Amino acid sequence: MTDTAIDTASVVRQSLKKRYRAERRFRYMGLGAILLGVAFVLVLFVSIGSKGYTAFVQSQIALEIYFDPDVIDPEGTRNMEQIGRVADFSRLYKNALKARFPDVTGRREVRELYKLISNGSTYRLRDMVMSNPDLIGTRQTLWLVADDEIDMLNKGFIDRDVPESNRRLSDRTIGWVDAIDEGGSLRKAFNWDFLVNGDSREPEQAGIGGAVVGSLFTLLVTLMLSFPIGVAAAIYLEEFAPKNQFTDLIEVNINNLAAVPSIVFGLLGLAVFLNFFGMPRSAPLVGGLVLTLMTLPTIIIASRAALKSVPPSIREAALGIGASRVQSVFHHVLPQALPGMMTGTIIGMAQALGESAPLLMIGMVAFIVEVPGGPLDPATVLPVQIYLWADSPERAFLERSSAAIMVLLSFLVAMNALAVVLRKRFEKRW
Amino acid sequence: MLKRPLTLAVAVAIGAASAQAAARDYVSIVGSSTVYPFATVVAENFGKTSGQKTPKIESTGSGGGLKLFCAGVGVEHPDITNASRRIKQSEIDTCAKNGVEEIVEVKVGYDGIVLANSKTAGEPTNISLAEVWLALAKEVPNPNGDGLVANPYKKWSEINPELPDVAIEVYGPPPTSGTRDAFVELALEAGCEAFEAVNALDKDTKKAACHTVREDGAFVEAGENDNLIIQKLESNPNAFGVFGFSFLDQNADKVQGSVVEGVEPTFELIADGSYPVSRSLYFYVKKAHVGSVPGIEGYLAEFSSEKAWGDEGYLTDKGLIPMPKAEREKYAMAAKNLTPMTGL
Repeated sequence: MTDTAIDTASVVRQSLKKRYRAERRFRYMGLGAILLGVAFVLVLFVSIGSKGYTAFVQSQIALEIYFDPDVIDPEGTRNMEQIGRVADFSRLYKNALKARFPDVTGRREVRELYKLISNGSTYRLRDMVMSNPDLIGTRQTLWLVADDEIDMLNKGFIDRDVPESNRRLSDRTIGWVDAIDEGGSLRKAFNWDFLVNGDSREPEQAGIGGAVVGSLFTLLVTLMLSFPIGVAAAIYLEEFAPKNQFTDLIEVNINNLAAVPSIVFGLLGLAVFLNFFGMPRSAPLVGGLVLTLMTLPTIIIASRAALKSVPPSIREAALGIGASRVQSVFHHVLPQALPGMMTGTIIGMAQALGESAPLLMIGMVAFIVEVPGGPLDPATVLPVQIYLWADSPERAFLERSSAAIMVLLSFLVAMNALAVVLRKRFEKRW
Repeated sequence: MLKRPLTLAVAVAIGAASAQAAARDYVSIVGSSTVYPFATVVAENFGKTSGQKTPKIESTGSGGGLKLFCAGVGVEHPDITNASRRIKQSEIDTCAKNGVEEIVEVKVGYDGIVLANSKTAGEPTNISLAEVWLALAKEVPNPNGDGLVANPYKKWSEINPELPDVAIEVYGPPPTSGTRDAFVELALEAGCEAFEAVNALDKDTKKAACHTVREDGAFVEAGENDNLIIQKLESNPNAFGVFGFSFLDQNADKVQGSVVEGVEPTFELIADGSYPVSRSLYFYVKKAHVGSVPGIEGYLAEFSSEKAWGDEGYLTDKGLIPMPKAEREKYAMAAKNLTPMTGL
């Protein structure tokens, strides 16, 4: 007896070292997996951040603009409507550039000189005059947005050492920019245009405002449809539906739907919402409907899990004191399950926010300049905007796509953080 | 609860959507991703100067665009489609079948397709189309015998000792892209016709031999994103890339275009037609929509104005190669008078 006991003990003792080693190995491997993941995330964030952060500032050039009455209103009528339609406001900054560099002559050179300033300034000057006609005849020093190529030069993305023929900017232009810089008339200012404007083919005027609003409308429609439908489906399946083969089938199908590639939902949306119901192409409403189909399974599954975690004693107690089943669910079970449901919904929304494939089929991958004013206006969404910019030839769009990714990521992080906070604050442990 | 009114609002919105479809106050444009960068600039300028809504432009590819365009007449269908190739007879037939009768064809300009590599690789490569085909075809004429054999060439210098002594590695567009279609048609097909062994084949086998690109890793499909190809060329001086001229134009400090058949891919040489791999870009207008959708005439006028597609117009800044003046005038008239095309 004692022999065998000693034997067992020694066998255990002998294997102890090996078992500790195995445990340590496993722990290191687990730690390694996490570190690897963190490293990848860091590489991703750093590479995007380092490419994109420059897009949040833009180069501006100070010019003394003379709101020349001869240019704006040659007939002296002060008829603002007429002026807004006819006057060539680009002359104002062009004249200012000429005044700044009086010795530039020759058609080609002058054209090149005009390209220092973004042609979007024309519309800014027009809006200034239209809103304040008293400006006509005055002189103002204004910071005007520089052209995207000047911006790239100012940010150091253009190599001055390569031969002139291989550069987009001539030595002449670089000379002008340096002269402006030395005069203190070149600055980098925070790029509000990037946050407010809609898309544009001129990188310096392009912004994510339109895409953000489009994403907002799309998500709003998705939320308003998928949350009530998802929660209702989960409550019915969990609390009321009989457990039989039919409900099993539904359950299997819901789980399968969660794994269907999102492009399939896009095709479905194209066939049903656009071709059958005749809804408008490119509208956030349709985008929201398609994303609703995509997020529903996620929300249903999360909501059912939340309902399951509410202990049966709560239901039984409610029923025991005479509540109906609907009352017990809505007064007692649902409030306890709601934090879990909301977490699931937010995760689903975050998924929907990053989705572009299903929107391709319903025409939301499009060039849209105007910021949408409602869920029926043509719109695009953030991931699509990134895709479109990443595919544009202009160099300046590279930093803009990285910056747009940063905005998208910060939205995703914020939504996930909200989900964590909700879970931490309201979730009850039983 | 707040939920019910919101759900109601959505239901109302869906109802309104059908009502809204009855009228559209912006021009809807679909089509080629090659024309997209040009059409979008015109649309933006039109929107800013006219006070009308900026047209909405989807990049669906030439074929996809024509499919949507030909689906019928009515505000739910696009007004204009861009194409990096000419419309086909089969597409005109589909259009006619769906009631799209009068189509106005407007040629926009030209685009060159370049074979480029990194500037760090040294002097630009001088290559003929026959050599391009030998490097990229799946099957080539047997160098020491008859018939076709699986492509044996691993290095450019095996094709022609003058070419660089590096492994053949070409990044190019996938088959869904119009650039790929044009490259196959203009470069590979022209190249393979230089060989007796191919010309001796019957029509279908010849076409297959000319059009099939090798799949052993020497030709890498890099997706529709040309910026990605340029990044890859930068990091790998031995690789070549196939993409549109506008990307070469914008990245002239990083990549250089190879000299094809003795002609450099420059703005002037593509414009006068001497560069062999260039194609025409078009857009097609549905005449039935003019009048019911506001802005179509204005958009056409903007596109066909000299300040847009002229020799020094803003489209040339974006890499469009303009047509000669006489041709521009011809198509500007077609756009103005909305002259429908009469067959191909």
